[in-house]
Amino acid sequence: MNETVTVRTQKIKSNHAKRRLCVFLVLTALLLLTALFSMQLAPYDPYAQNLEEAMQPPSVRHIMGTDQHGRDMFSRVLVGGRTSIFATLALVAVISVFGTCVGTLCGYYGGKLDSVIMRISDVCLAFPGLVFAMAVAALLGGGISNAVLALAVVSWPKYSRVARSQTLALKDGPFISAVRLAGSSSIQVVSRHILPNILGPILVTAMLDIGTMMMELAGLSFLGLGAVPPTAEWGNMMSTGRSMLQMYPWIVLSPGIGIFISVVLFNLLGDTVRDYLDPRNSRSR
Amino acid sequence: MEPILDIKDLTKTFRNRGKSDLTVVDHVSFQLYPGEILGVVGESGSGKSTIAKLITRLIDATEGSIFMNGRDITHAKGAQLKDIYQQLQMVFQNPVGSFDPRRTLGDGIGESLRNHGVPKEKCRERVIRLLEQCGLSEEFAGRYPHEVSGGQCQRAAIARALAIEPKILICDEATSALDVTVQKQIVELLLSLQKANGLSYLFICHNLALVQMLCSRVLVLYDGKIVESGTPDEVILSPKSEYTKCLVDAVL
Repeated sequence: MNETVTVRTQKIKSNHAKRRLCVFLVLTALLLLTALFSMQLAPYDPYAQNLEEAMQPPSVRHIMGTDQHGRDMFSRVLVGGRTSIFATLALVAVISVFGTCVGTLCGYYGGKLDSVIMRISDVCLAFPGLVFAMAVAALLGGGISNAVLALAVVSWPKYSRVARSQTLALKDGPFISAVRLAGSSSIQVVSRHILPNILGPILVTAMLDIGTMMMELAGLSFLGLGAVPPTAEWGNMMSTGRSMLQMYPWIVLSPGIGIFISVVLFNLLGDTVRDYLDPRNSRSR
Repeated sequence: MEPILDIKDLTKTFRNRGKSDLTVVDHVSFQLYPGEILGVVGESGSGKSTIAKLITRLIDATEGSIFMNGRDITHAKGAQLKDIYQQLQMVFQNPVGSFDPRRTLGDGIGESLRNHGVPKEKCRERVIRLLEQCGLSEEFAGRYPHEVSGGQCQRAAIARALAIEPKILICDEATSALDVTVQKQIVELLLSLQKANGLSYLFICHNLALVQMLCSRVLVLYDGKIVESGTPDEVILSPKSEYTKCLVDAVL
């Protein structure tokens, strides 16, 4: 009796997680599609200036108003989303792949290389990330790709730490010994057996990181270290509107809404993926 | 007769920085002859499993040497190791943990075959034959380790160890994680496989009754040293060393 109850609650829970995952996957797909086709979806040219219509409050014609050059804010938020979202995804992809490779190799082979690389990553982790990224970005100069590079330089250690600790936990386990006895080379052991087994935690870290990275990237742009005007990008749009916040708040608020929606959505998706991959859920799946 | 496995003065010392060194296996020497079942008994921490890991080259020896068919394999690496593993295989204590949780049993059993260049189709046939040989039906090839019982998983582990047709099988407490009836089945399986394939076993165990039933010779290990050796009847019925007496008394 008791057992059936547990089994049922488990099933309900896992169904719940599955439904949530579906909902957030669809919403994220919508967000990505909007970003992808933003040029086609935008009602106006986001770069066309029309000074006669500058600083218009939100209306039927311009649902998010216009900025100081008379450009339609809604179009700029849509197109800016493409820059922000895809730069963030590229950033997270680069650091998760690079960090995982480095961490797995360090964990598996150990020795001097491991000590050296882990000390470097300690240094990266010891600095506040954004401050360090600002220094690197300032060194590299403006542009969204340099901002991505700067954040990548300071953010990969998180992944290498996770990958390393997971690899260390696995590598002396009995199944890795068995695989080695089957005559597999080290590369085969790592690629066929270690990587697939540590992918879960890495994936969750990456999903939860998308929101943070989006904020940091927008932060760099806000400080003038990312995308340069006139490129539409949420961070620098907020930055240009900052001085007009009291009189024309929609110039700051519209890209803010964009950041808010995407960050919340990616965080919720990350949480759901984590719940879904939770081993306590997997038995009844 | 030439020994198939000749262990000379094998020593493993773990160095602890700041603390005193820990010698787990201390100048152990013994021979394993073709077709023989050699038992190794001793309490936990006496170095039994470390010996198994040393012989299979999963860890490096501090001192001493290991000869297989007269060839020194103490420092073998890479391709040489792959050669060695064609003749030397091991069955682990924890059957479920010895399979990759993300791969099917069939995949695990066929891995050594694929690594030695056996084509895919042949590999499949061979895996099914091995499973049958170990008393499991074909469908187990598609199951995951967490979907089968411990006994079934251990049978699959034996099938995996036999896949490459080794000459020596090291059983590191292969039956201790299983309950008594399953234990008996596994032991019978090991015996029948030994008769069919002419294998030599190094049977690491802490169950004296099992050793008496199975082994032709037995080594008693205490604190990393061999304190006694001989036929099971000699060792169990008239123990000479203090420790063996304790061990036998504990069972009776």
